[in-house]
Amino acid sequence: MHSAVHRMNALFTFSVLLLAVLCGAASFLDAFTSPLSSSSSYVRADAQVLRVNRFRKQLNGNDEVSLNLNVSIDMRSLFTWNTKQVFVFLAAEYATPKNSLNQISLWDHIILDKDQANFQTKVNSKYPLIDQGSNLRGRKVDIVLHWHVMPKTGRMVRDKLLLSDFHLPEVYT
Amino acid sequence: MGWVANIFDSLRSLKIQQALTQSVSLGVIITWALMIWKCLIGLTGSESPVVVVLSGSMEPAFHRGDILFLNMGKDPIRAGEIIVFNFDKKKIPVVHRVIQLHEQRDTGDIYIITKGDNNDIDDRGLYAEDGHLWLQQHHIMGRAVGFLPYAGWITIILTEMPVVKYLLIGVLCLMVITSENRSLNISTK
Repeated sequence: MHSAVHRMNALFTFSVLLLAVLCGAASFLDAFTSPLSSSSSYVRADAQVLRVNRFRKQLNGNDEVSLNLNVSIDMRSLFTWNTKQVFVFLAAEYATPKNSLNQISLWDHIILDKDQANFQTKVNSKYPLIDQGSNLRGRKVDIVLHWHVMPKTGRMVRDKLLLSDFHLPEVYT
Repeated sequence: MGWVANIFDSLRSLKIQQALTQSVSLGVIITWALMIWKCLIGLTGSESPVVVVLSGSMEPAFHRGDILFLNMGKDPIRAGEIIVFNFDKKKIPVVHRVIQLHEQRDTGDIYIITKGDNNDIDDRGLYAEDGHLWLQQHHIMGRAVGFLPYAGWITIILTEMPVVKYLLIGVLCLMVITSENRSLNISTK
């Protein structure tokens, strides 16, 4: 009545269906286990600009800044059994007469493990802060921490937290 | 060679009515697949709502063979989001993260720079190949919102090893024919 092919087909279909249901359940249960709705209060972090390493106008007329930052992050609460990694980055955010929003990533880091989610470090900006134009002298810049939670399977979640602000110098270095 | 002749015999003995039923049900399946795909396009606002990752430039987040679910949505693109973009519709789209963004006050136009998490440098060189300095809204096909590991391997194998594809189609056809034969035998008994 049932050939080997029929049995294999049924087994394969069932296992694929089961896997799909498990993936769906894992992603659904994430909504309860991780404090995503108000994660800002669960993430403790601080970042201060220690020093402006370099501040100049590029030959093409765009302002360029290199910074030295002190970063401390505690993101252990973001890790659940369905968390593959947390991508975290510090962005400089500011407004200029031409642009209502400028977001420039200064430094980023991938956290793979809960044990590595609590640290403090001094870093130079990994990417230079380059403006679209020459608007940075004396400009107030917000330092914002962004994070992007990557699940083993399911929905990706991101959030941000304003950490500090500072004013760039009035003159180039 | 007896079994080949047998199959041809059984093919000939198939009633036209049965063949028609078979082709109609095949048509229904294909139409369903198309309908679901088009509905997804409508719902997500992305021209290809499901994509398969082909390169390792976003490791360890995405590996080759992982499936991404895309959504366009009404919210503006912001730094940190993983987007899928394409300058030329004929080329393979790229999945990378937004690391720099400028939004113009008057027009709301956005100017973006992306980078793969696993790459050392940003994608400026990639844009230059197509004669662009910035990535803009109309280059973006969607943003990644969901993730399913490994499930895309089957499409990678099928596209990169055509032999497997033809073998699979052949086996499926053979199964359809032989199963038809059996049900015919049972019904005539």
